[in-house]
Order: sequence, then C-alpha cells, then structure tokens
Amino acid sequence: MKKRTGVVRRTTKARVVTPRRRNPVRTDAAAPPLVTRKEITVQVNGVAQTAEVEVRMTLVDFIRERLGLTGTHVGCEHGVCGACTILLDGAPVRSCLMFAVQAAGQEIMTVEALGTPDRLHPIQEAFRDHHGLQCGFCTPGFLMTTLAFLRERPSPTADEIRVALAGHLCRCTVYQGIVEAVSDAAARLRAGTPTPAPRARGGARE
Amino acid sequence: MKPAPFQYAAPESVEETVALLHAHGTEGKLLAGGQSLVPLLNMRLARPSVIIDLNRVRTLDYIREENGEIAIGAMTRQRTAERSPVVTRRLPLLADALPLVGHLQIRTRGTVGGNIAHADPSAELPAVLAALEGSVVVRGPGGTRRVAAHAFFVSYLTTALGPDELLLEVRFPAHEHQGSAFLEVARRHGDYALVGVGAVVTMAGNVCQRARLAFTGVGPVPVRIPDAEAVVTGKMVTDGVLAELGKLVTHMIDPTGDIHASAEYRKEVAGVLARRAIRAAAERARMKQMRMR
Amino acid sequence: MTTQYFGQRIKRNEDPRLLTGGGTFVDDVTLPDLLHAAVLRSPHAHARVRRVDTAGAEALPGVVAVYTHGDLPPSLQEPLPRLIPHPALVHHKTQYALARDKVRHVGEPVAFVVAASRYVAEDALDLIEVEYDPLPAVVTLEQAVRPGAPLVHEDAGTNVCAHYTQRVGNVDEALARAAHVFTERFVIDRGTAAPMECRGVVAQWDPRLRQLVVWDSTQAPIPIRNGLARLLGLAQGGVRVIAPDIGGGFGPKIMMFYPEEVLVPYAAMQLSRPVKWIEDRRENFAAMNHEREQIHDAAIAVDRDGRILAVRTAFLYDSGAYIPYGLTVPIVASTTLPGPYKIPNYHCEFRAVFTNKTIVSPYRGAGRPHGVFVMERLMDRVAAELGIDRVELRRRNLIQPHEFPYDVGLIYQDNAPLIYDSGNYPATLEAALQKISYEHWPQERARYRAQHRHVGLGVACYVEGSGIGPYEGCRVTVEPSGKVYAATSVGTQGQGHFTSFAQIIADALTVRVEDVIVITGDSGAFGWGTGTFASRAAVVAGSAAHLAAQAVREKTLLVAATKLEARPDDLVLEHGRVSVRGAPGKSMTLAEVAVAANPLRGTIPKEWEQPGLEASRYFAPPRGTFPNGVHAAIVEVDIETGMLKILRYVVVHDCGRVINPMILDGQIRGGVAQGLGGTFYEKLVYDESGQLLTQTFMDYLLPTTMEVPEIEVDHLETPSPLNPLGVKGAGEAGVIPVPALMAQALDDALSELGIRITEMPLSPNRLLEMIREARAQAPSPHPGPLPQGEG
Ligand SMILES: Cc1cc2nc3c(=O)[nH]c(=O)nc-3n(C[C@H](O)[C@H](O)[C@H](O)COP(=O)(O)OP(=O)(O)OC[C@H]3O[C@@H](n4cnc5c(N)ncnc54)[C@H](O)[C@@H]3O)c2cc1C
Ligand code: FES
Ligand code: FES
Repeated sequence: MKKRTGVVRRTTKARVVTPRRRNPVRTDAAAPPLVTRKEITVQVNGVAQTAEVEVRMTLVDFIRERLGLTGTHVGCEHGVCGACTILLDGAPVRSCLMFAVQAAGQEIMTVEALGTPDRLHPIQEAFRDHHGLQCGFCTPGFLMTTLAFLRERPSPTADEIRVALAGHLCRCTVYQGIVEAVSDAAARLRAGTPTPAPRARGGARE
Repeated sequence: MKPAPFQYAAPESVEETVALLHAHGTEGKLLAGGQSLVPLLNMRLARPSVIIDLNRVRTLDYIREENGEIAIGAMTRQRTAERSPVVTRRLPLLADALPLVGHLQIRTRGTVGGNIAHADPSAELPAVLAALEGSVVVRGPGGTRRVAAHAFFVSYLTTALGPDELLLEVRFPAHEHQGSAFLEVARRHGDYALVGVGAVVTMAGNVCQRARLAFTGVGPVPVRIPDAEAVVTGKMVTDGVLAELGKLVTHMIDPTGDIHASAEYRKEVAGVLARRAIRAAAERARMKQMRMR
Repeated sequence: MTTQYFGQRIKRNEDPRLLTGGGTFVDDVTLPDLLHAAVLRSPHAHARVRRVDTAGAEALPGVVAVYTHGDLPPSLQEPLPRLIPHPALVHHKTQYALARDKVRHVGEPVAFVVAASRYVAEDALDLIEVEYDPLPAVVTLEQAVRPGAPLVHEDAGTNVCAHYTQRVGNVDEALARAAHVFTERFVIDRGTAAPMECRGVVAQWDPRLRQLVVWDSTQAPIPIRNGLARLLGLAQGGVRVIAPDIGGGFGPKIMMFYPEEVLVPYAAMQLSRPVKWIEDRRENFAAMNHEREQIHDAAIAVDRDGRILAVRTAFLYDSGAYIPYGLTVPIVASTTLPGPYKIPNYHCEFRAVFTNKTIVSPYRGAGRPHGVFVMERLMDRVAAELGIDRVELRRRNLIQPHEFPYDVGLIYQDNAPLIYDSGNYPATLEAALQKISYEHWPQERARYRAQHRHVGLGVACYVEGSGIGPYEGCRVTVEPSGKVYAATSVGTQGQGHFTSFAQIIADALTVRVEDVIVITGDSGAFGWGTGTFASRAAVVAGSAAHLAAQAVREKTLLVAATKLEARPDDLVLEHGRVSVRGAPGKSMTLAEVAVAANPLRGTIPKEWEQPGLEASRYFAPPRGTFPNGVHAAIVEVDIETGMLKILRYVVVHDCGRVINPMILDGQIRGGVAQGLGGTFYEKLVYDESGQLLTQTFMDYLLPTTMEVPEIEVDHLETPSPLNPLGVKGAGEAGVIPVPALMAQALDDALSELGIRITEMPLSPNRLLEMIREARAQAPSPHPGPLPQGEG
C-alpha cells in the first residue's frame, strides 16, 4: 500500500464476478462454497446479534450501521488512525480492517459497554479529569486500547503507555492528557475503584 | 473507500484451502490478518473476485521448536509471536523486530505468515528471515515444499508462491547463542522502515567469526551484501572495521527513492545502521559469552 | 463580576457524552430511508472534460440517481459563491459544484452518485466513463508565474489573481541608509489539517413542511444556511443547518461552499429522501482545502546595534485551483510578520497565484506561521551576522508595555487597522527564558558537544490576531425547571465551548456549570452568526454569552422584585436563589422566578419588556484583539540519520484573562502538536503532473504519542480592553511559532556545520541532505563522531 499512491479514482469498469470452478480438484477435501452474503451471529457487548450481511461489509460498518453503535468511529479505513479500534475477544483490533463475516462466533466489545454518562468507567473518568479529549472523535479507540492494555500491564510506565497508544492518532491534543489519564486510570484500577461491570448494550442506543 | 464486491469462503482446513485455491487461485486472494490486504481492498487497489479467509484454519497457529529451528505457523498472530517465550529466548532477532511492525492493534491481527507472504520491501520480518537464512514451508496442489528465504523473495510484493499455493509455516533458525540486533529508521514509530537492518554475529572472544546482515527498505527484496559481511568476519569489531563496513554498505547498496527518503538517504543510513547493528550485536554476543562463563 | 467559575479548571460538560460513545457526529445521523452518496473526482490535475457517460452507473441495481453538471438546476450550474471579496482580488474564481468543461485539480468533483449504500455508490463510480483531454498542469508557484505558463483559468489571462501591497514608512530609503541589510528566500510547502473526522453532510427534506434539515460538519452553520436558502430558493426559516459534534475542524471545515454541501441537500430535495455523504480519507486529502504554500523573498535592515530599521517581504501565495475564500491567508501572513517588534518601515507585497492543485483556505494559523517564520528567521540572521545574542537582539526591538495600544500601521484581515490592544512582550519573553533556563544554555550546550551530541535551543516570539468581528450572539434562557439553556450559532469542534460558555453564564446566574446546557451550531436554535474561525469563538461568542447572561440576571432580579415585593437593589442572587437582604425566608429559586416570569393569568409589567427569563445579546468587537507568546525548545539531531528528538518544549502565552486553564492548555498543546507535524512529518507531495502522492495516513504522517514531547505551558494575563471578559483568542497560538522555533533550534544544533534552515517542512531525508551538503563544502574536523555505546 505504501508505495502505491495512485490517483483518486479511475474510470475502469468494475470486474464482473463470474464464479469459475475447475475440476477435478486434486484433493480429498470438498471446497466450501463461495458466498456473497452470509448470516452471522456475533456477541456484541454481551448480546448475541444475528444478521445477514454482505461479505464485503467491514466490521465497523456493521457495528455502526447495522447495530447502531455509533460510538466506534471511522477515520481512515486503512488501519492507521485507530478510531475504529474495538476489542475482539478481548484484544484491540481495527474494525475497519475486518469484514463482519469474519467476526462470526466471536466476541466484540465497543465503547458503549464501558461506562454510562452518569457512571463513567475509571478510564473514562481519568480521561475527563486529565483533559484527554477535545473533539472526542478519536477517544473511543483510545479507550478500548487502554482497557486491554491495562489488563495486561496494570502498572505501566509513561513510556510503555506511549508505545501502546502509538497506533492511535489524535489531531486535537498533544497526547499529554491522554498519557496522564492512562497512568492515572491504572492507579485507580489498581486501587480497586469499583469498576462498573461492562454493560450489555448490543443494540441501538437507548 | 469500500471494497468492490467479491465472493467469500472460509475454509477450516489446509486441504479445503488448497482445494479452493486450486479452483479459484488466479482470481482469488488469501486473507490472513488482513492488515495489508484489507486496506488495498478498501481503496480498491486490489480487486480479487474471490477472498479465501484463512482465519478459520486453526491448525496454522502454532510455534514449535524443531531441530534447532523454530517453526511458526503462518496464521500465528504477530502479537502471539511477540509474547512467546520461545521467540524471546531462542529468536532474539525476531523478538527485536516484532515490536517495530506497525502497532499493537495491527500485530494483534496481522500474522507472521502474512507479513512474509506479502513481501513488502520495507517490512521487517522478511529481513529477519533473510538474516537468519531461514525458510518457509509451502503447500500447493502438488504437495508440500520448502523454500529458502533467498529463493522465496522474488521482487516487490512478489514471492515464489504460485497462485494456488499457500504458505504453511515460517522456519527461523534458533540463534540464542549468537549476538543479534535489529535496528531501523522509520519516519514515526510503527511505520515501515525507511531503512532497517537485522544483524547476527557469532563471536569467539573479541573476534567475529561470522556475520550476517540483511537490510529492508533498500531494494525489492531483503538485501544481503556478502562483501560487507566479509569485512567484519575474522576481525575484532573495532571502530575502524565498523567504519569500513559502513562505507562499503553505502557504496554497494542500490536502493530507489520514494516520497519519504531518497536513494542517497537510504544508502547513507544503511551504512550507519549496519555499523550500529553489528556493534550492538557483537556487544550482546560478548555479554552472552560472559554470562556463560 | 463575582467570579466563581471563570478562571477555574472545570471539567468539561461535554465529556461524559463523548467518552461513552454518545456524541453525535454527522456520520452518526441515521434516518429512515437514508440514501448514500459518493463523488466521482478528477484523476487529472488539469484536463478538459469531453464527455461524461453515466449510463452504466445508472443501470446498476441500487443506484438511485447520478448527477453531472448538466443535471443540476441553473443556480447550481453557476460557480459557487465568493466568500470574502477584496478589491485586490481581480480574478475571484470559484469552483463549480460539478465540473463543467474543465477540471483544475486532482479530486475536483465531476459526478455525484446517490445509491442504496455507500458500497453500491462506489461501485457506480467505477461505471461512469469520463473522457478527459489532459492539459499541461501548473504545479509549482514558480512555474505558475513564469511567462507562457499554462493558464489555470484561460479567461483570466494570467495565473496571478491578486497583487496586493501594504506599506508603513519608507522601506527603500531605510534599506539604502542602513548599516546592515540581509536578504533571504524562505519556502514553506503544503500541508493539510487532517481532522480525525473527515467532512460529511446529511440532508433531509420534508416536502409538506417545506423544511430542509442539513447536518454538516461545518464550522459555520449560519452562513451555510443562508447560502443554501438562496441557492435552493427556500426561505432562511425553511432551512435548518446543524453542525453537531465535529471531529476537529482547524479551519478548512469552513468554506462556502464545498460542492458536497450543496449537492447533498439538492439531491435530498430532488429525491425526497434523506441523503448522506461522508468523505473518506482519500477524498479528504484531495478535496478538503489545503494550506501553507508560500515563497517569501525578504529583507531586513538594521542599525549597528541591531535595531530594526526596515523589513520587506514580497511573496507568492499558492491559492490552488480557485480562490473562493479570498485573500485572508496572505493578508494574515503579511500582517502577522511584524510580530512583537518595532518596525518603523515595512513593506509587504504578495501575489496570489492559481495552480492546478487543491484549493487553499485558512488552516489553523492561516498565514501566521509564515509571517512568524520569516520575521524570526530574519532576526536570527541579524543576530548571527552581528554577533549579538539572539535574545538580546529581540529585547532591543520589542514593543514596550507602555506603548499600547500600538498601531502597526497596517490593515488587518477584518479590514480594520492593525492595532495591538494590550500585552507585555518583554515579560512574556523573560518568563519563557527563565522556564527553559536560557541563562545556563551556553554551559549546557558545551556539555552536549563534549558528548558529541548535536543539541540546540530555540526561542521564538509571536503576536497573533484573534477575536475579530463582525459579531456573534447568544440567547440565554432559564427554563421553569431551573436549567439554563444557552444557544449560540458558533460551531464547536472540541474547543470546550459547552463548558467555557457555561462557566461564563453560571457565574452570572450563580448556578452550577453542569446546569447550563449550551447549544452550539444549530441554526434552528440560534439563527444569527458567522462561525468559528480566527480564534474568535471564546472572545466574540463568549462575550455575547456574558452579556446575555447579565441581561437575564437583571431580568431575574426585576421579576423577583415584583414577586418578593422588594426593590431590585435589595435582592441578592446566590446559588441560584434570589433572596431579600436582611429578610431571611423571603426568597425564590431561579426556577420559581422563571415560572413567575411567564404567568398564565394576569399581565406582565411593562418594565419586564417580555415574558420569561430570556435574553439574546450580540457582541460586535470594533477590531481584533492580540494575544502574544514565546515558545522555547531544546532539540537533538542524530546527524547520521537526520532524525530529530525534542528534549524540552516550553510555552509562555498571554491571551488575556483565562476562562478555563485546562481547556486553554489543551488548545495550546494541540496547536504545538500540529505545528510539530507541519515542521517535521507532514507534507503534501505533488508530482510534476499534479498528482497528489500523499493520500493516505501511511504517506501523510501525523505525529503520534511517540513523536511529540510533553509541553510545559505557563500563562501571563494581560486583559484585553476590547471585550467585557478581557479575553483574547487562543485557538491558533500553539501552532504559530513552531516552524520558526524549530528552525532556530536546528541551526543551533547544527551550528558547527554552518547549516541555516530557510524552508519548511523538513524531514530526516532533507536534514541529512543539508548535512551532507554542508560537510561537502567544509569538511568538519571530526566527521561523524560516534557516540559511545550507540545502537
Ligand atoms: C497501520 C499499519 C502499519 C503497519 N506497519 C508495518 C510495519 O511497520 N512493518 C511491517 O512489516 N508491516 C506493517 N504493517 C503490515 C502488517 O504487518 C501486515 O499484517 C502484514 O504485512 C501482512 O500480514 P497479514 O496477516 O495482515 O496479511 P494479509 O493482509 O491478510 O495478507 C497480505 C498478503 O499476503 C497473502 N497471504 C497472507 N497469508 C498467506 C499465506 N499463509 N499464504 C499465502 N499468501 C498469504 C495475502 O493473500 C495477501 O496478498 C502495517 C499495517 C498497518 C495497517
Ligand atoms: S478507521 Fe480503522 S484505523 Fe482508521
Ligand atoms: S480529541 Fe479530537 S482527534 Fe483526539
């Protein structure tokens, strides 16, 4: 991708998809069928969500458009900005670089499951206290990485925090408040501030 | 920025994958971690009509120790490898390089096999494989074959993999007794290297018995320079030897420029990094020797 | 003013919502029956459009409509409106909503598709066939002004669309008699704001109500509303433009109009279905306005002691393919240049030039970084040539505190005289020097050199125009619930207006900050205003909020006086309750007063003027107010790789009275981050055919946690006399001196090599190139000293 920095859009015709099957296949295994749509069930914020999706639909579009969970944002659709970061089976991934079909049978957590405006999660509290956000567009992504990161490293140094968050772009802040917030959140979590249980909020926001 | 339409299958075994590749190899694409492929799909710079998703092939996710080599299954996530004690202990060069591959969130999903198969000329892992003179195991309709690193990387984003072939595993020779270092200059942390180098040295006392260097970012494939390696071989690693090494690397390497760095920049910095990497690798080797004594 | 919240570090009202995924950004707006749009953009920098064939796209299932120039109504076939005319702007060319017969930059819209999903809309783009006749492209500024250059607009007969000169005193004479004159060329290349949220528009048309509702990621919803009403033949009251939560603006989200801002509403009306268009990142790089490209030829004349006698600059300003926004950026560059220094003779002259590149309009800083770069670089040159300490030289030339108001003698971007209202420049400078321990720098520097480390220090000063007119307004209402609502039309893009305006109002009405609900950027809530630009929201809208809240306070006392049968003078308003002095028990809450102010029976006394606890007020400053600041930094260069590391970064800033130091520091720091990006990481690269090579975040590099340092910020507070709050703008301060500062620090770090920085942005590649050239010229005594234990 890096070397190819082509023009905006070309006027080429879309390739018409004609499934082609050569046989005989020289293996015993039967190849699974090719599909363009598929029914999937995904655990989203603790709620099983079943839907039929076009196979090319990205996971972030599924989360935002089909499930109405618009807290996860789209900033680049090529994996760099981190705004779309969610937890997939507990680990932070870019939801713009996965297709919804790939998440079938897996567990997703988005920012909507973290805390509520009245009862912020300690990480969210810390972001607020340290002015770790301005426009708030990048914030949900930072929060999701922070959640996973602090589970793994409950007492990180500032340098470790910086490395862990380097995969997120924020254009408003200089990251200083964010780094301080994560450090403070770690302390709060260690001190055992009761963490609100992740909330089951799978569907459209109430 | 949405992908063009495609058809999709998610095989659950290597055999099913091979069958699918056989049927659709030329118009199809394997999808591993998707961290290189999906951006290309989203930008419609790649428009395969069939996507064969490897993520349900569970048997390709492993890290095994075999006869002095560490075999890493193609679908092993980069993050898994990074956290593997086996990698940390026995593949220090790989352990050095992995944290430089993108970011945590990229490595959580990106695979070791995908990074090697994608063969980006600025990627870190191909250089690691080349420096270690490792190999890959490839499965095609005709069966399984093993390909050495130098034969595997053919050109920019091009490998010896046939359209109906699948990368099964990557084999890195263990090198815990040698000294190694991976250094790179990237515009920002996590970016592809402008220039990177993996160095492995075998030391006997203060004398370098064997040195291998593989560069990334300075050619279509990972670049080895035997003449440069020869400069340090059989010698003490002194400032003078290192300076000579650096000069030779700068002289011999033949990169192309892009918007991030010119060919001259890459030449010059390759020399600097070669020097620094050999120095660091030799230092580590000496530490190991001291610890062993 | 009884100050309770003003000046405090108050947590932001908007955060709980934004932190829990509850923000409403344009892309979060979903409506039943929503259609999705995509834009076909020119792949050529310059070409004639021969034919656009949309038949294939129209035939694709899921496609609802495809528009080209000819499909639009007459009002949208005209060039889009001119934003800010200027007498010197003789060729005020604006773009078409969809290209008519020519495209003039990569990314210019050619066709517009509306479909069931964005996926299908993009499929349809692939099926539109456009026949282009490519024309030679004008890419660089120098190319554009060369005789015989291809013309971006043939009918203009030239690529120079404006030539404008401002003068103070007699520069020629001063240059002729000065002890020393130094001249230099400075080049600043292109960058882009790259807000994390790209642009977006959603429009919904209700044919029965004849009401158009538009959600737009704009910084200026009211002008968009007014323009849309005119272009679409609707009453202003029939158009509601909402700028909801905006994921960063930084300037380029204000434009009248981006094509999509008229195309989406038009399609929604035409199709009677809601339409959404969300710009993707690649589009954003090519289609959202850029900034920064200028080439200055400058000269400075000083006497033997380094006192400035004259400064002169003549520069080229790249406007891109069109110039809808007018001459704001080059005027701001020219008028920021003098900075905090006394310059008796000044001549600035620019030519605004068309090129086949994306349009330019203000991006945070908007010409200020250019002016400061040129001035500060000239000062550094004088210091070096005359052997005067750079700081001492600045001290000698600073405007002194007793000289305010200080008339610079120029006309500013608001067409008002450029008069600095207040400040204490020497104090700001000394504070910054102390913070960075400038006094000890010579020893520090020597210590680094002994370790073969190339470390340098920089100090840069600036004065920034902010808070210009024409006006903003605010309506404050106390509802019977006791909650206070405040509506202002300025949009907000993360600057914390929900909190800072609430603080101002809470103080007046003695309520809690969280009980003041601020509504911004919704023409349905408040219909008068201009927008968020030029660091003006806090100054102008903040002052309006203050005036409105004071009016409501007075009204509250008036109503309560009637009800409590007391004289207004005997009433005290405290903690949201009005009570009668010396009569405990006689009191009313704000809520009760609000109910009383809107009775169901009886009458309202004449002196109440109108029912309810509500007031709208406007604030129209006579001219801008001028914050100032000094940044200082210590940087280290790895001279073998050209990589840069910032060891310390210090800001001392004076923007008058501080409403909320937490928010203010955030604004300043964020600006510095953007400045650093534009100094060392970010650069838009065009090739010689006008192709934009940087259209991803892999190629256009925004700084991450790993590239930016901690930034230490201190404030001085010299109140502005020009508004009731004494505040000055702060939105752009962080970014302004960064290029100048970094250049000086790098010069210092690389002084042994005799390197002098005269261009921005830099890169490791460019730095190493300079180092290589410098070494080739004068082989250094110790080439490439190797630090111990490197690697
Ligand atoms: C923001 C960002 C930053 C990054 N930075 C770096 C970096 O600094 N250094 C770096 O090296 N990489 C970087 N990457 C790329 C990342 O490492 C990718 O994960 C990797 O290059 C490809 O691995 P993947 O598993 O994601 O493969 P995919 O993207 O799924 O596939 C890549 C290609 O390899 C083929 N392929 C994958 N697996 C196999 C297989 N088993 N057999 C045959 N063919 C196969 C696919 O068909 C495809 O053509 C970055 C990516 C992103 C998004
Ligand atoms: S939108 Fe996924 S990383 Fe930017
Ligand atoms: S807060 Fe705006 S992008 Fe991070």
